[in-house]
Amino acid sequence: MASTAIPTQAPPHKAAPHYEGQSGVWSWITTVDHKRIGILYLYTALTFFVIGGFEAELIRVQLQGPNRHFLSAELYNQIFTMHGTTMIFLAIMPLSAAFFNFLIPLQIGARDVAFPRLNAFSYWVYLFGGIFITLPILFQAAPNGGWFGYVPLTTRDFSQGINIDFWVIGLQVLGVSSLAAAFNFLTTIINLRAPGMTLMRMPMFTWMAFVVQFLLVLAFPVITIALVFLLFDRFFGTNFYNIHAGADPLLWQHLFWIFGHPEVYILILPAFGLVSEVLPTYSGKPLFGYPVMVYSGILIGVLGFGVWAHHMFAVGMGPIADAIFALSTMLIGIPTGVKIFNWMATMAQGSIRYTTSMLFGIALVALFTIGGISGVMHSSPPADLQQTDTYFIVAHFHYVLFGGSIMGIFAGIYHYFPKITGRLLNETLGKWHFWINFIGMNLTFFPMHFSGMLGMPRRIYTYDAGQGWDSYNLMSSIGAYMLAVATLIFIYNFFTSRKRGAIAGANPWHAGTLEWSIPSPPPEYNFAMIPNVTSRYPLWEGNETDMESARINSQEGKSAEELGIVLPYSTIKPLIVAFGLIVMFCGLITTHVLIFAGAAILVGSLYSWLCSPLEPEHH
Amino acid sequence: MLFVSLISTYLIYKGRSRVGPFPHETWVDPTSGHQLHAILNIPVTSASTFTLLMSSLFMVLALAAVENKGRFPMRTWWQRRLASSKLWLWATAIAGTTFLGFQAFEFTSFVHEGLSIRTNLFGSSFFTLTGFHGAHVTAGVIWLLTLLSIDYKRGLGPADSLKVDIAALYWHFVDVVWIAIFTLVYLIK
Repeated sequence: MASTAIPTQAPPHKAAPHYEGQSGVWSWITTVDHKRIGILYLYTALTFFVIGGFEAELIRVQLQGPNRHFLSAELYNQIFTMHGTTMIFLAIMPLSAAFFNFLIPLQIGARDVAFPRLNAFSYWVYLFGGIFITLPILFQAAPNGGWFGYVPLTTRDFSQGINIDFWVIGLQVLGVSSLAAAFNFLTTIINLRAPGMTLMRMPMFTWMAFVVQFLLVLAFPVITIALVFLLFDRFFGTNFYNIHAGADPLLWQHLFWIFGHPEVYILILPAFGLVSEVLPTYSGKPLFGYPVMVYSGILIGVLGFGVWAHHMFAVGMGPIADAIFALSTMLIGIPTGVKIFNWMATMAQGSIRYTTSMLFGIALVALFTIGGISGVMHSSPPADLQQTDTYFIVAHFHYVLFGGSIMGIFAGIYHYFPKITGRLLNETLGKWHFWINFIGMNLTFFPMHFSGMLGMPRRIYTYDAGQGWDSYNLMSSIGAYMLAVATLIFIYNFFTSRKRGAIAGANPWHAGTLEWSIPSPPPEYNFAMIPNVTSRYPLWEGNETDMESARINSQEGKSAEELGIVLPYSTIKPLIVAFGLIVMFCGLITTHVLIFAGAAILVGSLYSWLCSPLEPEHH
Repeated sequence: MLFVSLISTYLIYKGRSRVGPFPHETWVDPTSGHQLHAILNIPVTSASTFTLLMSSLFMVLALAAVENKGRFPMRTWWQRRLASSKLWLWATAIAGTTFLGFQAFEFTSFVHEGLSIRTNLFGSSFFTLTGFHGAHVTAGVIWLLTLLSIDYKRGLGPADSLKVDIAALYWHFVDVVWIAIFTLVYLIK
């Protein structure tokens, strides 16, 4: 397979890679190019990842030993709320979005997404929403009701300050970003695949991304409504969560978790997709059981909507509801387990190359399995009554989110950095990053299984000595400091490799899918000639036609004009519409004049956007 | 899923308001002694529902007019009139606006009779649900007026079929949601 890989044309001279198209801040602000938008998402999301990590470090300093006073109880509530909110909504989801943006058109042989301006809009809304929800921490008014914001704690009666207002509005705004992107990618994947690329020939990352977009479209409206109810209660005095008026406090929990459970599959499936690209490449053989991997991904998505109340085993739903959700939760372990076995079978008898990316991929397979095992332990309601609200749960979700999503995302970063920048990340620094990360992650989160089993509750800002928790917390904190070191190594590697890394060429890893047939970084138009696809791994299994189109597509230095390719106009309008949106929402907490000003900006610029053409006339 | 959540919330809170006015029964206010009758007016809302349903028919005719423009010879004057996309787009927009007028009338009369969005669970869930629906109808009417302005400026023809078809799908969706709301909120006691 890899030995008969279609040779892609080597660059004529070792020129420094550069992004095609214009340079300068304005070109980035007005871009509608999916590759640039993906890079914007990557940098912004990595920044928020560092911020969320810093919040985690603060938590671990506070909990390192009993009865510490590094953070007050009030500040601690803000820090753990922001840690969760930042990591989920501002780091992991946008890191996935970075890959969706950069990769999907390249993997399906398209020139861009279906709606390039809407794509830019999604990014700017994310940026503005992320800044909006993070800003209040600077004046110690950050959201403090947990990332899940249970009522009635978060109603005006019990949380008078603006903290929760920022949270509700911020999440509402971020939801707009995700929904717009979901419609965009769905249309792109359904409509813009290259000729010959049937659904069952799509790369696995695009398949998992496809499932994720459906989850986004179905799940986000539910939290939108939950947040609308809370926003209306807090600002307009409605009664959705007003106990005095007879409201049911469980309404929020049901609505939130009907969103919240699909959300965690939204967080993990992209990482699964990345690993399904990484493992075959560095094993030198195709993914084992491709159709089953597709069906299990779809099944995970569908079943993911049927398990939400396993987050509510302790609220008293009754034995029938408990039993139904226990069964569905146990059931969802099956398609997930199938994937684990298929990854192992992919690696078996392959010629493994232990690159940093591969190490992260293998780590996901191992660590997600551990997280999945603790997860299925929660699926039994009587057992969960002991585990819920303890650090046992914290251990579980960090194994699946850090050991799963983050490991998968790092695997993807090391794998695709050369494609994005044209240079390789340093492998030595990468190995240091990986091992310190791996050891640090396990040292941080494995002891939490024990402190949780010994009864340490969640969301407490301190604890008394002598309950058996002290040594485990100390281990967790040391692990967390190791994670900080690992992250610093990664940041150093990232920035130095950008400028001085080894030149990568089109296909440094001898991978098999379409994105590796074009130069690194790709030209603005992606493919000089849209390929005709005849297999799942065109560069490994292709025929002469595939060889010829790969040869054409790997040529560097041709501009879009030379090739007669029409590209969309750059435009500032998506940014302005996003700006109008955030101004509107700011008006809710500052002066109501801003609501109208924001609405005017939004409607005006939206109309202008809709009435202007996307591209110059085709000839 | 947006409307599924809104409708589900309405149904969950059905019958659980502690104070009136109520949708289908009278209520005696213990503080003032006033008797407030069932606040929903089924006959009037039936008329507005009929108007909205008719607007969907008009939308189908508008789409047909756009798709078939220039395809068939129109011999009589009334054939030419009925094949006009502008006529049917106006009809849809006006029917939609009439529906909104009914809604505005209903909302203001409810507030007059003592039911606001903050009065009780019924008020909160009813006004939020129907308000979101009305906002979607309003967006649809603006969309229709935009199509009309394009029709007046350069004309809508078969090349614009997809554009108008998408608008039609949106309009039918808004109508279907209303059928669900009308059945579950107004008709079922």
